[in-house]
Amino acid sequence: MKIGRVIGSLVACVAYEGLEGVPFLWVQPLSPRGEDRGRPIVCADSTRMAGPGERIYYESSREAALALDPWFVPVDDAIVGIIDGIHLTPLAESAGEPRGETR
Amino acid sequence: MIVGRVIGEIYSTINHPIFDRRKLLVVEKLAPGGRAPDDYLVAIDAVDAGVGQTVLVIDEGNSARQVLSAPNAPTRSVIVGIIDAIDIPGAADPARAREGSSPPSSPPVSAAEKTTAAREHAGKGRKARSR
Repeated sequence: MKIGRVIGSLVACVAYEGLEGVPFLWVQPLSPRGEDRGRPIVCADSTRMAGPGERIYYESSREAALALDPWFVPVDDAIVGIIDGIHLTPLAESAGEPRGETR
Repeated sequence: MIVGRVIGEIYSTINHPIFDRRKLLVVEKLAPGGRAPDDYLVAIDAVDAGVGQTVLVIDEGNSARQVLSAPNAPTRSVIVGIIDAIDIPGAADPARAREGSSPPSSPPVSAAEKTTAAREHAGKGRKARSR
């Protein structure tokens, strides 16, 4: 799973069978520290509650389809949860530096 | 499987039911030399791991569903082990570096010494577990 931020929604009037009514959201992948990582992707929203501006975590590939009902549908990525908070250690702020005591 | 270090926790109330009462951890992937390549995973914790620990993570759907005993779980990443020591002759041990036991300024340790130290370290871990 990866972390992302919802930046918008999209509507597909014609969708493959099984995907009717599934919300699709435009998601910008993020690093754990909140920086943008790569290009935005489209995710199916299995929570049906995510909205623009929210941080979410999403799963990719076959497991993304398992989040939906019916599950055997053609999706690449699916939002599986909305993030309330991320608690990172101070260590995480200095990624790539020599490691010290972490607790 | 992937070696990584837990760098944080994620809190979430609205999620797929499979994540209810399960701990989600942010895991930074590690390279054999201990330096982090700029990549991470969000993984479900199956072994009660904590922040700062070096862990073993699977990133494959069938194994994840088997570990979670959930045949339809929409997840691939599960933490399945806590690493005590890694022994690669000639390379720094990422699992030991976190304890601050070998600061960058310390004199270089020979491969043989390091191997012995790693075994002792692993031994301690096992004893602690068995108690």
